[in-house]
Amino acid sequence: MTEPLVRRRSPWLAARVFAVRSETSVARTIVLDVPGWPGHEAGQHVDVKLTAPDGYSAYRSYSIAAPPSGERIELTVQRVIDGEVSPYLVDELLPTDELEVRGPVGGWFTWRAAETAPVVLVAGGSGIVPLMAMLRERARVGSTAPFTLVYSVRGPADVYYEAELAASDVPVRLLYTRAGTSTRPAGRITAADLPDTTGARVFVCGPTGFVETVADLLLARGQDPASIRTERFGPTGG
Amino acid sequence: MHIDGNGAAGMFAEALGVDITTAVLTCAGCGDSGPFAQAQVYDQGPGVVARCATCEAVLARLVRTPTDAWLDLRGARSVRLPLGPAAG
Repeated sequence: MTEPLVRRRSPWLAARVFAVRSETSVARTIVLDVPGWPGHEAGQHVDVKLTAPDGYSAYRSYSIAAPPSGERIELTVQRVIDGEVSPYLVDELLPTDELEVRGPVGGWFTWRAAETAPVVLVAGGSGIVPLMAMLRERARVGSTAPFTLVYSVRGPADVYYEAELAASDVPVRLLYTRAGTSTRPAGRITAADLPDTTGARVFVCGPTGFVETVADLLLARGQDPASIRTERFGPTGG
Repeated sequence: MHIDGNGAAGMFAEALGVDITTAVLTCAGCGDSGPFAQAQVYDQGPGVVARCATCEAVLARLVRTPTDAWLDLRGARSVRLPLGPAAG
């Protein structure tokens, strides 16, 4: 065997847990220190690998929740019932624990701070995570690009980043699928829940069914398909 | 249940060394093209299968063994990879 001419990208990097904090009863933010982290764009993913003492390993792809801060990155992980990886990340992982990460990966579902066009973010459940990275990047760089967030969750107890969203200058429209309010009955997202998206880039992230519904609503109102970026997840092996 | 190509970026990056999500694949079945990020990805089997978002024909299959990555791209008539800064 000769040495390969091209070294493979995306090697696994050792990561150490710096902090953990609960977002909801089933979701936790994990802050990792990753020596050698090359930086990332808002909306990108990282693969997280766990290896058991017997050598068995499993990995999952998670969205990064915040802009890079040196070699420190943040993920928010929701526990998937009977999942193989997420229950450990949400229930067991503690500061100073070590795991491996690979990334960043994915350059399609990203927002760059140089973009000045209006942006509408539409999140279903934990689909908020990469969109939160975009909101935080916008705040970090002092961008004045007009942002609006539509965020669909089961009820008030399922909102991630609640205090931060409440303090944000970005208008946030919360939709509860299972809890009615004085202004909106409980229910899934409809055309009336979406703000004006004329001339805006729209990022939609959530479970596959949610994303398909929102994409159909946008196309039905004549939104240019090229202005819509979507990301579908799970339920996967968790 | 499928996810989309965004969730398979890491495995393809490992095999190919490029960001596959921004690559534009043309389906050998129906001729439609679109970014890999929008393909339908089934990742619950021994490998990853990506299907055309328009006609659901298989675009790509990727299986990883302990030592190799096997990539079958016969369902894609072409794979257009953006070069330059946007290629990430």
